Amino acid sequence: MIERRPIADAVGHLILLLAIFIVAFPIYLAVIAASHTIEGLSQTPMPMLPGSELLVNTAKALFDGPQMVGVSGATPAIVLLGNSLIMAIAIAVGKIVISLLSAFAIVYFRFPLRNFFFWMIFITLMLPVEVRIIPTYKIVADLGLLDTYTGLVLPLIASATATFLFRQFFMTVPDELIEAARIDGAGPMRFFWDVLVPLSRTSIAAMFVIQFIYGWNQYLWPLLIASDYQYQTIVLAIGRLIRAPDAFYEWPVIMGMAVLALLPPVAVVLLMQRWFIKGLVETEK
Amino acid sequence: MEKRVVFHNRFLPYLLVAPQIAITLVFFFWPASQAVVQSVLREDAFGTSSYFVGLENFQLLFEDEYYANSFKVTALFSTLVTTLGLSISLVLAVTADRLVRGTTIYKTLMIWPYAVAPAVAGALWGFVFLPGPGVFAWLLAQMGVDWNFHLNGGQAMLVIVVAATWKQISYNFLFFLAGLQAIPKSLVEAASIDGAGPFRRFWTIVFPLLSPTLFFLIVVNVVYAFFETFGVVHSLTRGGPAKATEILVYKVWYDGFEAQDLGGSAAQSVILMAIVIGLTVIQFRYIERKVHY
Repeated sequence: MIERRPIADAVGHLILLLAIFIVAFPIYLAVIAASHTIEGLSQTPMPMLPGSELLVNTAKALFDGPQMVGVSGATPAIVLLGNSLIMAIAIAVGKIVISLLSAFAIVYFRFPLRNFFFWMIFITLMLPVEVRIIPTYKIVADLGLLDTYTGLVLPLIASATATFLFRQFFMTVPDELIEAARIDGAGPMRFFWDVLVPLSRTSIAAMFVIQFIYGWNQYLWPLLIASDYQYQTIVLAIGRLIRAPDAFYEWPVIMGMAVLALLPPVAVVLLMQRWFIKGLVETEK
Repeated sequence: MEKRVVFHNRFLPYLLVAPQIAITLVFFFWPASQAVVQSVLREDAFGTSSYFVGLENFQLLFEDEYYANSFKVTALFSTLVTTLGLSISLVLAVTADRLVRGTTIYKTLMIWPYAVAPAVAGALWGFVFLPGPGVFAWLLAQMGVDWNFHLNGGQAMLVIVVAATWKQISYNFLFFLAGLQAIPKSLVEAASIDGAGPFRRFWTIVFPLLSPTLFFLIVVNVVYAFFETFGVVHSLTRGGPAKATEILVYKVWYDGFEAQDLGGSAAQSVILMAIVIGLTVIQFRYIERKVHY
């Protein structure tokens, strides 16, 4: 800091505290809503202090789901959370594995079509699911993958960002290591497993956080693929429930579900904050 | 940049890239080409056969007042989300950067909305603005506003802008803060010795040095507002009321799945692809410039 300005400092802290309060406010309200009975919530405005029903409503959301007439949405959150977890982990792990392999090939081998493959992977950046919705849906349908975990996960696994991140990291690995490995008689795959993968641990962790959140927060794709309630994710269920005609009678349970839907990715970001920021900044380089 | 030392193997590298290339071909290139093909076809009334119609799908699209409306809605929405999100997070980042204590804690407390899904952000803000129990809805009603965002298009737009901006602030904040912390302190100190006050220092030194970050964030935010906010719109407004919040991505989905107009939806996909390619080219131009910078 250049000058000492105690008043400006105090104002600064005040602005940031206010911002943090506003950022947290809707989530605070969701928790409060989940802690009341529907009668307790039916005031205008809703109560601002927690009630006593948080555990009851959370249990209801987890094991029964909201019981609504218009929507056959009575899937218990525990099933939805399980699906989200499967999808998020499978996407994160899948992306990391195939990107490590292709980045390894592109950096450590010279072969015809190498640049062509690199360019092919690169161009997928320009084709987000949102711009090719119907043809992609058709292919998944033709392959018989609607309402399967494979259909939810596989099309989202190709990732240019992860490939770039690993490629960039491999470039910084000293050439002496590969020479040493060669002298010791290690083949390429041995080098990959025993040298390159252990060295990439931090990049892998960073990529895992980013891709876990990406997978958990998918909405459009599960909306297309999972028409069977057994395969729906929790984020998708929230989107459906809040617009249901008789949602009003189930607000405490629905808001409880919304809190359950945001806890896992938020926990991953906060617990793995260091890798998260690294991943975020490095994938955008 | 190339490795000096490499492995030699005739087949292994192909095996290694095979999984990614296979998925890319099946789920990216094939559907993208299908979108282009379908955009010049039309299905007959029974959906049994399709025939070539040239650019008619595009022509119909540009004559369609709902498509023009969707463009306007998207332009308004992405402008609001980008300018609001960037200005709020710039103010917060500048504030956090000049404080000596607490920056790390503020950073931790600011970043987590990044992890909240757009659809869940929509649900949370939808509840805050819900007529009846919603706290903001009540406040607005107290101020004499006739508040019901399910019926009023302008109010619906306001709610999706708030939800989409709220989610993006943490991302912008992190990048602005990183950009600010990378500016050499000596430059700012030198200006201070020359008698420049805080505002003068910000506009003549900090802001120009921050402009690459700003430019990068503008592109990222526009892409976000265009493509990643489907969940916000779908969960909050379903594009309504009366198509007042029907952004382009929502319309592609709606026309293809709900209205079953495959040709029209494919034509829209092709236009969206052109927009993404344009934005990506702009982004890479910028990265090239940064290298020379």
